Amino acid sequence: MNQFQYVRATKPQAAIEVVAKDPTAAFIAGGTNLVDLMKRGVMTPQKLVDINRLPLNKIERQGNALRVGALALNSAVANDAQVREHHPLLALALQAGASGQLRNMATVGGNMLQRTRCAYFYDLSMPCNKRQPGTGCGALEGINRMHAIFGASDKCIAVHPSDMSVALVALDATVLVSGPKGDRQLPFADLHRLPGNTPEKDTNLLPGELITAVDIPDSPFAKHVHYQKVRERASYAFALVSAAVALDLDGNTIKAARLALGGVAHKPWRLAAAEQVLVGQPATEASFRRAAEVAMQGAKAFKHNAFKLKLAPNALVQALKTAAAA
Amino acid sequence: MKEQAQPKHIGAGMNRVDGFQKVTGAAKYSAEYELPGLAYGVLVGSTVAKGRITSLDTKAAAGAPGVLAVVTHLNSPKVPGFTPSGKDPSQPQTVGGRLQVFHDDKIRFSDQPIALVVADTLERARYAARLVKAQYAKEAHQTNLLEAKSFLPTQAKQNPKSPMADYQRGQGDAYQGGALKVESEYIIPTEMHHPMEMQSITAHWEAADRLTLYDKTQGTQGTRRDFAKEWNLPEENVKVVATFVGGAFGNALHSWPHESAAIIGAKVTGRPVKLMLTREQMFTLVGYRPYTWQKIGMSATADGKITAITHESVGQTSSYEEFTESTLAQTRMMYQAPNLATRYRIAAVDVSTPIWMRGPGEATGAFALESAMDEMAYLLKLDPLEFRLRNYTDQDPEKNRPWSTKFLKECYQAGADRIGWRKRQLQPGALREGDWLLGYGMGVGTFGAHRGAAQVSARLLPTGRVLLQCATTDIGPGTGTAMTQIAADTLGLDPARITFELGQSGFPKAGSQGGSSTVNTVGQAVQDASRALLDKLRQQAAAGNAAFGSAAPADVVFTDKHLTLKGNDAARVAYADLLRQPDAGFVLVESKPDGADQQKYSMYSFSVHFAEVAVHVLTGEVRVRKLVSCADAGTIVNEKTAANQMKGGAVGGIGMALMEHAIIDDRYGRYVTKDFADYHVPVHADAPAVEVYFVNQPDPHVNALGTKGIGEIATIGVAPAIANAVFNATGKRVRELPITPDKLV
Ligand SMILES: Cc1cc2nc3c(=O)[nH]c(=O)nc-3n(C[C@H](O)[C@H](O)[C@H](O)COP(=O)(O)OP(=O)(O)OC[C@H]3O[C@@H](n4cnc5c(N)ncnc54)[C@H](O)[C@@H]3O)c2cc1C
Repeated sequence: MNQFQYVRATKPQAAIEVVAKDPTAAFIAGGTNLVDLMKRGVMTPQKLVDINRLPLNKIERQGNALRVGALALNSAVANDAQVREHHPLLALALQAGASGQLRNMATVGGNMLQRTRCAYFYDLSMPCNKRQPGTGCGALEGINRMHAIFGASDKCIAVHPSDMSVALVALDATVLVSGPKGDRQLPFADLHRLPGNTPEKDTNLLPGELITAVDIPDSPFAKHVHYQKVRERASYAFALVSAAVALDLDGNTIKAARLALGGVAHKPWRLAAAEQVLVGQPATEASFRRAAEVAMQGAKAFKHNAFKLKLAPNALVQALKTAAAA
Repeated sequence: MKEQAQPKHIGAGMNRVDGFQKVTGAAKYSAEYELPGLAYGVLVGSTVAKGRITSLDTKAAAGAPGVLAVVTHLNSPKVPGFTPSGKDPSQPQTVGGRLQVFHDDKIRFSDQPIALVVADTLERARYAARLVKAQYAKEAHQTNLLEAKSFLPTQAKQNPKSPMADYQRGQGDAYQGGALKVESEYIIPTEMHHPMEMQSITAHWEAADRLTLYDKTQGTQGTRRDFAKEWNLPEENVKVVATFVGGAFGNALHSWPHESAAIIGAKVTGRPVKLMLTREQMFTLVGYRPYTWQKIGMSATADGKITAITHESVGQTSSYEEFTESTLAQTRMMYQAPNLATRYRIAAVDVSTPIWMRGPGEATGAFALESAMDEMAYLLKLDPLEFRLRNYTDQDPEKNRPWSTKFLKECYQAGADRIGWRKRQLQPGALREGDWLLGYGMGVGTFGAHRGAAQVSARLLPTGRVLLQCATTDIGPGTGTAMTQIAADTLGLDPARITFELGQSGFPKAGSQGGSSTVNTVGQAVQDASRALLDKLRQQAAAGNAAFGSAAPADVVFTDKHLTLKGNDAARVAYADLLRQPDAGFVLVESKPDGADQQKYSMYSFSVHFAEVAVHVLTGEVRVRKLVSCADAGTIVNEKTAANQMKGGAVGGIGMALMEHAIIDDRYGRYVTKDFADYHVPVHADAPAVEVYFVNQPDPHVNALGTKGIGEIATIGVAPAIANAVFNATGKRVRELPITPDKLV
C-alpha cells in the first residue's frame, strides 16, 4: 500500500472540492473494494476523502421514486421494507452479492463503482490497459473465462462485477450526482461505459463528482421478478453470468418486461430489444426462449468463455420462468 | 491383549482437551509469539517465471522508515547448508532439493522470493517491500504440464522396487485386446493448500549458535533436522515449537523458502523475525496438489469381471526438486484384475515444488480409477456397486498376501442403505425434480495403515496428575484429545487428570503428523508408555507396601493423594513418598511396529463415499445434496473427532470435484487465480449434511489399539463419487476436474 493522507468530510461540497482539485484523491466509502485495490497497489490514491459521515444514507420516497442514499449500506437496502415491497428485484440482487459481512460495510455508491475483478487488472506484473493504459490487454489472448461477450474492445474485455447494478439498470434507475459545477442526474444505463479505447474510464462521472443517491422510479415490477446468479459455488462468488428480470403480467400475458444481464459486459447489460419481443406474449418457456435468442444477438466469445453464449440465455430463461411463477 | 476389560474413554466422543483454548483465543499459533525486539519480515516475489535477476534496487526500501534490513542474493549471509547445485543439464530430471533462498540470481518460478524486507512493524515492512525493484533477463519458461517432457522419477530409476517404478502383473496393456473396454484420460488441475492459518514462522537466534523457531510445521523434529543442517548446527541447538497448528493438510510436511528467509533475516538483524505469508503467497510458496494427467484402460468380461487395467499418470514437479506421490497405489491393490500395469511419470515445469495434499496421490488416482469403474459399470449395464462387489479382493492382489483386516463390504452396505442407493437408476437423467436432475454416485478410497516408531514419556506428578510428552504435532484432528483418551483407559485415570503435551522438538521422538499415521504410531506409544508407567509405579510402590509387588499393573488405582490397589484400599502409598525415590514415576518408552506382521499382512484403511447430487438443467450448477462417508479405519478412538475428520475430508472432496482450480497463464507463468475470489473452496452452503459410518472393528496387526488411520481416506474417493453422480444425473462424463457449470451447460 502506498502512503496517503486521510481526511474526513463533513459536508458534501467540501469533499467534492478536495477530489475535484486533486486528481490523486479519491472518495472512500465502505472501503471494501478500494482498500483491497490499494493493498495490491492497483490503485494508489495519495489522499482519501472519507465520506461516511455525510448525511447520504436515507432511503425515502421522493415524488414518483424511491430515493436510496449513496451511503446506504447494501444490507440496509436489501432489508428495507419499501425496497422489499416495491423493488424486490433490487433486494434479491443485493443479497446475491458478496457476504453478510461485506454487505454490512459496502455502500450503494461504492457498489456501483466497484472495479472489475479481471485478474490482469489485479496483477501489477501483467499487462492491463485499464490499470495502465497502453500496456495491452492481458485477458484478450489469456485466461478469459470470466470475461465479456458483449461490447468488448480489443483494448479491454473485462466485465463489471456488481450484482446490484444489474437490477438497477433493469429498473430504470437514475443516478444523482453532485460535482464542482453543481448537481446533475444521469440514467443508470449511462453511468458505466463500454471500454472502447479508454478502458481506464469505468464510468461517465467527471472528476470530483460524488454520487449522492439513486432514484428508482415507481413501477409495476413488484411481484414477478427474479435475480438469477450462476456461479461456481452456492454463495459468495462473483457471477459467471447473472440475469435480472421483471415482468408485468396480465393473467398469463406479458404487459411489460425489464431484462438485464450481469457478468457479460463492461457495464450492466440491458436487453431492450428482448424486452420488446416479450410484450404481448404469453409467459411461456417458448416466449422466454425467443427473447433470450434476441438478447444474445451480437454476442461474441473469446477462447475460454464460449460457455457464456449458452449459459447467459439459459440463465435468462430460468430467471423468467421463476419470475413468472412468483 | 487388553489392559482394561472395557475401554471407557476410547471410542467415546470426548470433547477436545484444547477446545476451550481454541475457541477463547488462548491457543497460541506460530505467529502469536511476542518476543522482545520482535521484527517483521515481508517477502518480495519475482514477477517472471524463469531467468536471472540482472539488477536489484533496494535503496528506497532500505531507507524507508523502520526498515532494519533488506536481504537479497547480493547481501545474504552464507548459509552453510546451501550448496552450489551440481546438476547435469542434459538430464530433464530434477532430483535436487529445497529452494535455496537468496542463494543466487536464478529465478525458477514466478513469485520466488528475491528479497526479504525486515522492519520494526509489519506495516512498514509491507510498505518498504513494494519499493524493491528488480530487473530480469527472462528465459523461456514452461508451465504447461501437458507440453513438458515427462520422465521416470529418479528414485524409480535407481531402485526398480520403488513404489514409483513401473508395475506389471499378468500381461501389460492386456486391456487393449478386450472386447468390452474403457479407455479414458483424466485431469486433476493444480489445487492449492489453503488451511485457515497461513504459513508463518518466528525465528529467534537466542545465541550465535542457538536457534528457536515458532513455526507452522507438521513435524517439529523434521523441521529441526532441516534447519540444523542448513546452519550446520547440532540438532540440540535448534528448538522448534508448534504447539498449535491451524490446519496443514500436508503443506507443513516440508520446509519452505519463507522459513529459511526468516532465519536469515533474524541472523542479519540480530532480532527475532516473524514472517507470515499472505494468502496470495500461499499459492506459490508452500506446495500444492500437482496438476496430474492420467489415462486408464480397462477391460472386463460381460459378466462384470475385470480382466485388465492399465493406469498411467504424469504429475507436475518443479525444476529444482523432484516430488512424487502414490497416484497409482490404489489401482494396484483395489480390484481383482489379473492383468494390470501402472506407469508413473513426473514432468518438471517452472513452478514451485508441489507437496502432498490430503489424501495425496491416492485421491488423484482414485478420481481416475473410480471414474473408470463407473464408466465400465455403465458399459456393462451393471450397478456400479454390484460391479465393485464382483471384483472385490479378499487378499491383496499386488503383494499376494492377506489383508490385516478389510471391512469394505460392510462399508458398501452401510453406505448404500444410508444414501438410498435403491433409488438410483441405471439410465442417466431418469430422476428429476423440477429443473434439477438427480443422480447418485459412489467412489472408493484406500490408504496404507502406516505406523512408524515413536517415543512417549510419562511422568506421575506429585499432584497425582500424569504428564505425557511427545514431539508429535496436532494439525487439527484432535491428537491431544485422542492421546488423553488412550492414556486414561490404560492408566485407569480420569482424563481430566492427564496432560498430553506435544508440538516441541525437545520432546520424545516422533515423526511428522502426516499419512494418517499419528494415532497408529503415537497412540500406541502412549498406550505402551502408560502401561510402563503403571508397572513402574507398582514396582516402586512395592518398596513402601509389599502388596503392590504381587499386584497386576491394571489393579493400580490413583486416588487424590495416594496410589492404591483395586479391592485393597489398605495398600496405599502417598505420591509424595513415591516420588522421593530417584527417577521415580517416570518412563520413556519407544514403540515400533511388529516387523513380522508387516511382512505377513497388507495393511490398509478403506472408505467408500456415496453422493446424491442435483444438476440444474439450464444453468449446469451442481449441488451435492447428501454425502455418506463410510470407513473401515480400525478402532475409532474418538467418535466425534473421527467423524469431524470424515466430514472435513468430504467437504474437501466437494471442493476438488466442483470448484478448486488454480489456473496459470502460461504466457507469463503466473497464476491468475490468486485470491479467494478467484480460487474457490466450498462455503457452508456447498456442504450438505455428511453422514458418517464407521465399521469400528479393531485391526489386530497394525497395533494393539487396533487403529488404521482416517485422515486421508476421508477425502480419497469423494471427488469420483460426485463426478459419477453427475454422470448419473446428466449423462455427461466430466473427466477434467472441477465440474463447473460451463462443463455442463
Ligand atoms: C470478497 C468479496 C466478494 C465480493 N462479492 C461480490 C459479489 O458477489 N457481487 C457484488 O456485486 N459485489 C461483490 N463484492 C464487491 C462489493 O460489493 C464492493 O466491494 C462494495 O459494494 C463496494 O462498496 P464500498 O462502499 O465498500 O466502496 P469503496 O471500496 O469505498 O469504494 C469503491 C469505489 O467507489 C468510489 N466511491 C464510493 N462511494 C462513492 C460515491 N458516493 N461517489 C463517488 N465515488 C464513490 C470510491 O472512490 C472507490 O473508487 C465483493 C467484494 C469482496 C471483497
